[in-house]
Amino acid sequence: MTNNTILKVEGLKKYFPVRRGFFQKLIGWIKAVDGVDFEIYKGKTLGLVGESGCGKSTTGMLILKLLEPDEGTIIYQDQDIIGLSQDEMKPLRKEMQIIFQDPFGSLNPRMTVGQSIEEGLRALGVKGHVDRKTRVSNLLEMVGIGPSTADFYPHEFSGGQRQRIGIARALSVKPSLIICDEPVSALDVSIQSQIINLLKELQAQLGLSYLFISHDLTVVGYISDTVAVMYLGHIMEYAPADELYDNPLHPYTLALLSAIPTPDPDDRHELKALAGDVPSPFNPPPGCRFQGRCPLVEARCREEEIELYKVNEEHTVRCWKVIR
Amino acid sequence: MDNILLSVQDLKVYFIGNERVARALDGVSYEVSKGETVCLVGESGCGKTVSALTILRIIPQPPGKIMGGKVLFNGQNLLDLSKEEMQKIRGNHIAMVFQEPMTSLNPVFTVEDQIQEAITVHEMVDEREVHQRCIQLLKDVGIPSPEGRLKDYPHQLSGGQRQRVMIAMALACDPDLMIADEPTTALDVTIQAQILNLFQELQQKRQMSLLYITHDLGVVANIADRIYVMYAGIIVEQGDASNIFHNPCHPYTQGLLTSLPSRAKRGSKLHSIPGTVPDPAHKPGGCPFHPRCDFAIQACGTEFPRVCDYGEGHLSRCPVLYENKVPKVPKMT
Repeated sequence: MTNNTILKVEGLKKYFPVRRGFFQKLIGWIKAVDGVDFEIYKGKTLGLVGESGCGKSTTGMLILKLLEPDEGTIIYQDQDIIGLSQDEMKPLRKEMQIIFQDPFGSLNPRMTVGQSIEEGLRALGVKGHVDRKTRVSNLLEMVGIGPSTADFYPHEFSGGQRQRIGIARALSVKPSLIICDEPVSALDVSIQSQIINLLKELQAQLGLSYLFISHDLTVVGYISDTVAVMYLGHIMEYAPADELYDNPLHPYTLALLSAIPTPDPDDRHELKALAGDVPSPFNPPPGCRFQGRCPLVEARCREEEIELYKVNEEHTVRCWKVIR
Repeated sequence: MDNILLSVQDLKVYFIGNERVARALDGVSYEVSKGETVCLVGESGCGKTVSALTILRIIPQPPGKIMGGKVLFNGQNLLDLSKEEMQKIRGNHIAMVFQEPMTSLNPVFTVEDQIQEAITVHEMVDEREVHQRCIQLLKDVGIPSPEGRLKDYPHQLSGGQRQRVMIAMALACDPDLMIADEPTTALDVTIQAQILNLFQELQQKRQMSLLYITHDLGVVANIADRIYVMYAGIIVEQGDASNIFHNPCHPYTQGLLTSLPSRAKRGSKLHSIPGTVPDPAHKPGGCPFHPRCDFAIQACGTEFPRVCDYGEGHLSRCPVLYENKVPKVPKMT
């Protein structure tokens, strides 16, 4: 672990039991996150992409210990936080914050925006009413909605403004790492770019590190320094953003990239659609998770667990067929 | 022209509440020719869905009220028809696919029941034939082993399959026009690609017109013949796909295109349109876009912008850009 790393995750696993019947007999496991490794560098952004149900949000929750991981290590600034109790986690909560997808569901409708943001400050132990009020004003200014709005209620704001409030709340405790769980997916195009710019500006200004979780490869490609592609609880490919988009190797990454319609009518390629649906993570078959939809599948893919192969120092891929 | 299948003319729809009147559509006109794919693009609340619901006359009235305009379908004004006559148009001639397949399918009926209903409402056919047609429809929309799926309930299907069932229902009576309202927004990219390919394949096979409503410019560029860009209840720009994407002549269209993130723009700041979409009950006077517009002059706040013609059916409601020949935005990369 280098000095530049803020968070390192190794072999992270979370299985959810599935029980059925009167005696709640265990009938299997949903392997939501099944051995995930990655590193987030200080002041940088790691993009975590994948389709719905691939375990990307669960990964975010595990890092914050909002869910208890089953296995693996999470090293936050030289400290393994996996075994920490909720009490021991408390001081670390100031360091790691989360921004949610739905800015409507994540703000308390009965609290003014000021009160919502102040809540975090109180937990941080900022004493003095006036101090907290100034902090709130500063935060609102920082996210671009003006301090005068502190006494308004969430319903008085538009979606984009609410997302800004969500960001102000996360920033209130001066975190170093922010987990952004689909922060722009619910927003309109013109608002989306405002929020992306804001996140970028804040990162430059405050030296924040982001784990940016999204299903949108174009947004991830724009904002991230490193990208991890996830499928059914496994990381399929992991590389710096430029490398991943210029030299994608895994058949799943290729499929994702070619499925995005480009905003250029002259570039009308037939969208190469993957056959089939995203399979359920319930009792996945042995071998490669992608075997059911993969165009390159062979017997070996169905028989053995496929490991992550190194393409070069920074680029790894979970497919034995594409490595030279 | 007799090639025009649907022509919406100066349509005005208001939603009237106790204290406020939301002007959802403020004089919208567009046309769909036979066999053509037309995209309505705009952000949430711009009125694109309301205009589709008005074509089928399924907006709730009250609070909705059609204040004026015409919806000509094959030359016939749908707004003049009686309820019974309208019922014959819906499904039979114009069908609609909605965004959220889970809420538009009835959870307590099987797939077969629901497709069957769409057929038997409009046609007298015996049970055997209906069954055969259900299987054929599911085959057409690419559902594997359709015989087995017919007895499934919606919750047993995946999101993509549910949307395919919705499309099968819409196709049941071989409509001339299919209206698709954000049909892929709730789906994953790989599934979205499947559904988009399906639309194109079906359209070619059946010579159907498609009115596609979306906010996703990537999707638009991929399927549209012609595009209408909507903002706050009016059409701000219209033209064919290459005009809109390569030579946008309204500041809003330009803003939308330049605010799209892409990997090529990494490291540079994204362009963004300041402010937010106006509340339809408190729309600014003059050009509704002027408070957010970089090119706004004083007249924009008072005068409703006229339509400027750039030729080849490329129209834009921005006289400021038209008269000043403001430089075009750089080509998208």
